[in-house]
Parts: sequence; structure tokens; C-alpha cells
Amino acid sequence: MRTSKLRGKNELRKLDGFKFDTGQILLIISVAILIVTVALPMLMIIYNVFFYKWSFDWKLFAQMLTDPDNLMAMWNTIKIAFFVTALGTLVGLFFAWLIGRSDIPLKGLMKSLFVVPYMFPPFIGAMAWGLLLSPRSGYINKLFMSLTGGRTPLFNINSLAGIVFVEICYYFPFVFIQVSSALERMDPTLEESARIAGANQMTVIRKITMPLVVPAIAAGAMLILISSLSHFGVPAILGFSRNIFTLPTKIYELIYRSAGSFEGIRRGASLSVLLVIVVVLALALQRRLLQAGHYDIIRGKSMRPMLIKLRRFKIPMLVICLLFLGIIVVLPLFIIFAVGFLKAYGLPLKLENMTVENFKNVLFVSKMARDAIKNSFFLSISAGIITMLVGTMIAYVIVKIKPKGKGILEVLGLLPYSIPGIVLAVGVILTWSGALHINLYNSIWIILIAYIARYMAFSLKSASASLEQVHNSLEEASRSCGASHFESLLDVTMPLIRPGMVAGFFLIFLPSMRELTTSLLLYGPFTRTLGVAIYSINEEGNTVQACALAGVTILIIIAGEFILRLITRERKGR
Amino acid sequence: MDHVILKNVTKTFVTKAFGKVTAVNNVNLNIKEGECFSFLGPSGCGKTTTLRLIAGFEDLSSGEIWLGDQPVSIKNKNFYLPPEKRGLGMVFQAFAVWPHLNVFENVAFPLRILKKEKSVVLDKVKQALKHTNLSGLEEKFPAELSGGQQQRIALARAIVTNPKVLLLDEPLSNLDPKLREIMRFEIKDLQKKFNFTIVYVTHDQTEAMALSDRMLVMDMGVIQQIDTPTNMYNNPRNKFVYGFLGLSNFLKVNLSDGKVYPVGSDGVSIDCTIPVDFSEDQAILASRPNEIDLLPEGGYPARIKSRLFLSDYIEYRVDVGQTEIRIQSYEDKGFKDGDLCGVKFNRLKWYSAKEEISEAERERRKVI
Repeated sequence: MRTSKLRGKNELRKLDGFKFDTGQILLIISVAILIVTVALPMLMIIYNVFFYKWSFDWKLFAQMLTDPDNLMAMWNTIKIAFFVTALGTLVGLFFAWLIGRSDIPLKGLMKSLFVVPYMFPPFIGAMAWGLLLSPRSGYINKLFMSLTGGRTPLFNINSLAGIVFVEICYYFPFVFIQVSSALERMDPTLEESARIAGANQMTVIRKITMPLVVPAIAAGAMLILISSLSHFGVPAILGFSRNIFTLPTKIYELIYRSAGSFEGIRRGASLSVLLVIVVVLALALQRRLLQAGHYDIIRGKSMRPMLIKLRRFKIPMLVICLLFLGIIVVLPLFIIFAVGFLKAYGLPLKLENMTVENFKNVLFVSKMARDAIKNSFFLSISAGIITMLVGTMIAYVIVKIKPKGKGILEVLGLLPYSIPGIVLAVGVILTWSGALHINLYNSIWIILIAYIARYMAFSLKSASASLEQVHNSLEEASRSCGASHFESLLDVTMPLIRPGMVAGFFLIFLPSMRELTTSLLLYGPFTRTLGVAIYSINEEGNTVQACALAGVTILIIIAGEFILRLITRERKGR
Repeated sequence: MDHVILKNVTKTFVTKAFGKVTAVNNVNLNIKEGECFSFLGPSGCGKTTTLRLIAGFEDLSSGEIWLGDQPVSIKNKNFYLPPEKRGLGMVFQAFAVWPHLNVFENVAFPLRILKKEKSVVLDKVKQALKHTNLSGLEEKFPAELSGGQQQRIALARAIVTNPKVLLLDEPLSNLDPKLREIMRFEIKDLQKKFNFTIVYVTHDQTEAMALSDRMLVMDMGVIQQIDTPTNMYNNPRNKFVYGFLGLSNFLKVNLSDGKVYPVGSDGVSIDCTIPVDFSEDQAILASRPNEIDLLPEGGYPARIKSRLFLSDYIEYRVDVGQTEIRIQSYEDKGFKDGDLCGVKFNRLKWYSAKEEISEAERERRKVI
């Protein structure tokens, strides 16, 4: 028993003759990647805002902070985020409860329809709602005005209220999904024991069900809050024409107006710091308001939860649900394709005005559109593969190796989750356009780097989840059979988490396909992405072609979603 | 007086995968006031569904349920009282204590619903906690407590309003064996103190026999037998009840010319008398492993297949004809593996060989 005396890990390693083991090598690589992709851009922003030629200088920041335009943008951002979070949470909560705890029919259909907005790019939704409800030319407003004979539109979508409405449509699923799954996991006897104790249905909802789903509500509301504060697409499409700015759109405007000059980027960076401060404060405030405990509500012996009979409200509730789904899912989808088929924008939506020219054009003729499709596929696939692999590696270090510094890894990896995309883009510009003697500006690689940083958190979360399912003893068993750490990793762990990795790829591929915010700041003449191309064509006023390209994008996303569903279903089946 | 009355109660579920399943089939039952009555059976037998019908979590498909002289469910009058109006106390298997409320508030919940005065709430909760040995833990949250303590909270919450009927749905099966025994006594003590009528669902036959005044065994939604624990153990009505109440050997035999031949016995008969009312030519002979003697000579000839020393007894496996039977012997007679021996059955129960329920049907019922 010679080895039993060599207790320390180091002594054992000396015995092996190696200086580093696989775990340490992986840790070092992981930290390096995260520092370069995530930490560096953030540091560059702070440096460029507060330092000028190596000396501390806060004048720029103070100047930006006292500009009434910027304050107005900040105030708009806060107002929008507040209403989107509050109303979106209520909407998500209501429908989650209706589907999880009432006897409303068509649950399966509605459940899948309610998560559709989750995958639909919000800026395309904003375009659709612009087509329907812009004050003078929106189809619904025109119909309304011709019916009433007046000149006042039904609703002006180019307003704060309009922006709030469209964002709610795309962000309420965050709460819906969280609360739905919490309700599904909740032990039904928690509610039943309250009934037996004499509480009626309403009291049970108020005193038991609601308090128990508060953590889920808080998690969903936090996602809405972060997303809305940092959201760019909807306010950009609906607000620019009316000079309604939010912080993200203001940052874009500052950089865009200065045509990418260093001074403009520095100003944008200052506002970025402001935006991050707002996000952090909002999160802190929200955490105070919704003191989220963590309850163990996992079900024991499974029994169907008692469904609440809606009785005479059953049909009205069903109508409300279907109407709501029709408005937020079907209507925008319909208008995008309908206008995409139109010969010219402004013509009435009649069959004789329809043509497939626009789709032909974006798919086969227009160089810009075809480049965009090619670029987006290249970027999404490579970002998907790289981020998935790197994310899995980092997750492996965090979950399985558990080294001393894993806290840093977690923070760095999940940081981009709460860093607005536009801020990340500014950081990437500052880092990779020559400051470190590497200039990637205007090339496709700078966009790739930004995507990798932006979606690292997705990959990390999904890979951690599937790695936690693989019990440590499986790898230990392989090592006891004589395989090295690396061989065990390759032959045992990897095959087991492969389905999770494929799903992880699509979790990056899909949002990359519909990405707008970071690409819009980073694209060069030949590196437009789908989002950028749709946005630019739309800004040029070529609405029908923008819609056609948007339609193509939606079809690609639907196909990707479909494949993802197939994969995850297979996983559950096993 | 009868306290819980079920008349022709039937409950059917329609499931997507398995079609129509009759979970509870024409159950008739009278539970007396102050009685501790157990429902015993394997999972999927319908015992929990019956309890949930009494509690009001499921509506009947047909039949009637009464609590004393008050009807709570009458299907053909379409009368159904929701659970909160039935005034019952109930304890669930998974404890079901609310994680967002502390011990005091968990127990006070039923009183708060009744809008009792503050002093009354304080007093009654204090009493309930004292009776369940939880005094001093008022401010703790469930997550800080052990499984046994959590189940005590559930118990305290169920008795705090002093209900007449207490429903217990496998309350001890999430606890470890030692704790289970302690809690068994505590429940029995509580009943003695307050004279509740207890309806107790379990799949553990020793638990049922230790606690109950009377009990029933259920299988496939049908009541197989209702009796006192002693009667039930001594005279199981059919093979299923026999098998469920303890370790058992089932020996299939052929009968001819008044002799009893185990299946595959090469013409050697067992020395026993055929009951006068038994007229079939095949039978199942049921015996408990501790009711069989191993003899050096005489008895039914057999060979020891294996011998296991289990501290307080020795277990042997022996072939009788083609059937392997288990024998538990409390004194070591020195038999070794492979020794020849004689088997003597001291008590045999005779059951018809015809009643076999298909395993497929049993599987199908697991979903409910």
C-alpha cells in the first residue's frame, strides 16, 4: 500500500509524471476563452468611457448624462420595460393558470401556440404591426377610418403604447412557460390539503397556488425585464420615425449618425454604461419586490391536479384565448406573407394584386438578400457549433471538475445573459477594430465573435443541464476499467450528452438566424445578415421585399424549431 | 352508528392510452363511528381512488356516499359536495405541508378559513402541536424539518378543527421504517384520545393489521374481503387475500380418488384431507413458510435446495413436485444443502385453481 501514504493530489500527480491533468488544461482554456470573448469587451467599454489617453476622465460620461435627449431615452426605456413587465407577467400568468388548472378545451393546441411568439423575431412582429396599425397607412386603421368615415385612426402603433403592446406579445411567454412548468411540477396534494381544510377554490388560488408559483413568476418577470430593457428591434422599427428613442436605439443612433467615428462610438459606449446601470438597478429593485424563495414543490405520488370547472365561462374563456392567439400569432404572420406577395405596397390585399416576384427576387436575384441568407447561415451554423462545443467544455469544467475558480467561470459565462446585445456590440467594436492590433471591423469574423459571446450563456445552461444528468460514477467506472480521464470523457460522457449538444446547437442557431441588434452595429458592406437586410430594405421603403425576406426567415426558423422539437421529443422518449 | 357509508359506488376513468378503466367497482361499505378502518391493496387496486371519492376530489360515476346522516355525493340526484364543505381531516402521503408557511401558519390554516378569533386560533394550534409533539417548532419552516416532523405538521393540521372523520392516505410510506413504527403508535394514541373515525389507506399489511379495528382488501377495484385483522389473517377468503397478507406458498395440486398429488409429483401424494365442500379436480394449497415443518423422516419426501441463515430463523427452499416452496424454521435441525428431508404441512388453505386474473389487466390498471 505505497500509494495510500501519498495523500495529496500533487504527490499522486508526480507519481504519474504529468505536470497538468486534463481538468486543469480545460480550466485554463475555458477561462482564456471567456476572458477574450466576454470580459475584454466589457473592460474596453469602461476604459474608453472613463479614460482618455490613459488618464481618468469622466467629462464625457457626465456630459452624456446631462443631455435631456439621453435622459428622455432612459426614461422611455424604463417606462416601456415597466409596463411590458407588469402587463406581460399578468398575461402570461393568466393563460398559464387557465391551461394548467382549468378544464378549458384544446389545451394541447393552445400550449404549442402560446410559445410561438417566443420563436418569432420581435422586429418582424413590429414590422407586421406597423403594416396593420401605423396611423395613416395601416390596413386596420384604413379599414377603421373608411368604416367610421372619420380621420382618426383606431390605434397609433408608432407610440410608446404601441411599442409596449408589441413587446408584450413577444415577451409574455417567458412568464407563461415558467409558470406552466411550475404548475405542472407542483404536487397537487398541496392544493388538495387546503380544500380539505375548508378553503374554496378561490381561496386556494390566493393562499396556496399563487404564493407557491411566485418564484416562477419572479424568474419569468426577470427575463421579461432584462429583455425589454435591452430590446432594440421593436422601438427601432416603431419609434425612429416618431423620434421616440430608448437607450438601445439611442446608442445605435449615436454611432450610426457619426458614421462609426471613434467619438460616436465613445458616446455610444457612455450610454451603454448607463444602460447597464439601469439594468442592474432594475434587477436589484425587482429582486427586492419579489422576494423569491425557492420552494420544493416537486410532486410526490402523481395524481392529476383537480381541474377547476369553468362551467358557463368555458366558452367565453376559450373565445378569449383563441382571439388572443389569433391576434398575436396568426394576424402578424398573415400580414407579413400577404404583403410579401403584394405587387406594390399600398395596394389592397386582393388576389389579383398578388405575385411571387418578391420571393423570387430575394431568393434568386437581389445580391443583398442572397448574401444575407448565406451570411446568416454561415454565422448561425459556425456560432452554433463553436459556442456549443466551448459551452459544453466550460459546463464540464463547472459541473464535473469543480475547480476552485469555477465561480469566475459561471459569472463570466452567464454575464452576457444580462448584458444588452447592443452593449456587447459596442464592446466588440472597441475591442476588435485595432485597439489590440487586430482589426476585424467590417469583416464577418467580428459578428461571429459577438454571436459567440452573446449566446455562450444559452449553451452553458443547456450543457450544464445535460451533464448533471450523467452521474459521476459512469465516468469513474470507465476510469476504473483503465481508461484515462480524456478517454472516459470521449467514450462515455460525450456519447451520453450528444443529444443535449445537438439541442444546444439549435438553441444558438435559431436566435442567431433572427439576430438583429448586434449585427446591425457590426455589419460591413458585404456582411449583412438576414435581420440587417430585412431592416435595411424596410428602411429604404421597399416594404414588399422586406416582407418577402421576413417570410423566408420565418420559414427557416420554423424548420429549425421543428427539427429541435423532433430531437427533444426523441430524448424524452428514451 | 355508521359514520362513512358507501352505496354501490363505482368510478370509471377514461384514459387516452388504455381506454375505459373501472377504478372502483360497485363498492358497498359501512364504517362505524370511532372505528379505525383500513383499505389495503396493491397499487392500482382502487383504494386511493375510493378515499378520494370520500374526500370529494373525484366525483362518482354512480352510487352514493354519506357521512353519518348527511349525504355528500349522490350521483343520480347529481348531488356533490365539494371537499371543503365535507368537514374532514386528511393526511397525504407526500406530507403536502405548504413550504411558504411556517409550522404555526400551516396548522392554523383551517382555523383561519373558519375565521376563528385570534385567541381561539392560538389555543387550538397550541393543543394540536402538543398532541403531535411539535411544541416549540411554531416558527420553523417545513424545509427546516425532517420528514417525520413534516408529517406531524400534516397530522396536526388535520386534527386542529377536531373533525369527526380523519382520512389518511398512506401517511407513513414516505418515512423510514423506524419512524414508521413510532408514528403508528402516535396515530393510534391520537385516535384513543379524540375518538376519530379513521379511514386509513395503505399497501403495508402489517401497518393495516396493527392499526385497524376492521379492514378491507381490495383488488382490481373490487372489495375482496372485509373483516377484523385477526379473522382476515386466519381465514382469507381467496388466494389473492391470502397472498397479500403475508409470505405464502401456493402449491398447485391434482385431486383423484380422494388423494392429493402436487403437480409433477410422480404419483406421490400429500397426506391431508380434502375439505368436504371441495368438488373440483384441481386446487391451490396455500401455506405460510412458518407453518411448515421439516422432518428428518416421514412427511412428503423432498430435497433441500438451499439453506439461508437469517439470524432469528433459517429459511429453506425445497421442491414439492415441481413447485419450489419456502420454509422458515426457528430451530436448526442440522439440514444442509442437498439433504433429503420430509415436508409436513400444518395448516393448509384450499382455493380454487380457476381464479387467475390476467397480468395484462393488472398492468393496464397501473395508470390510474
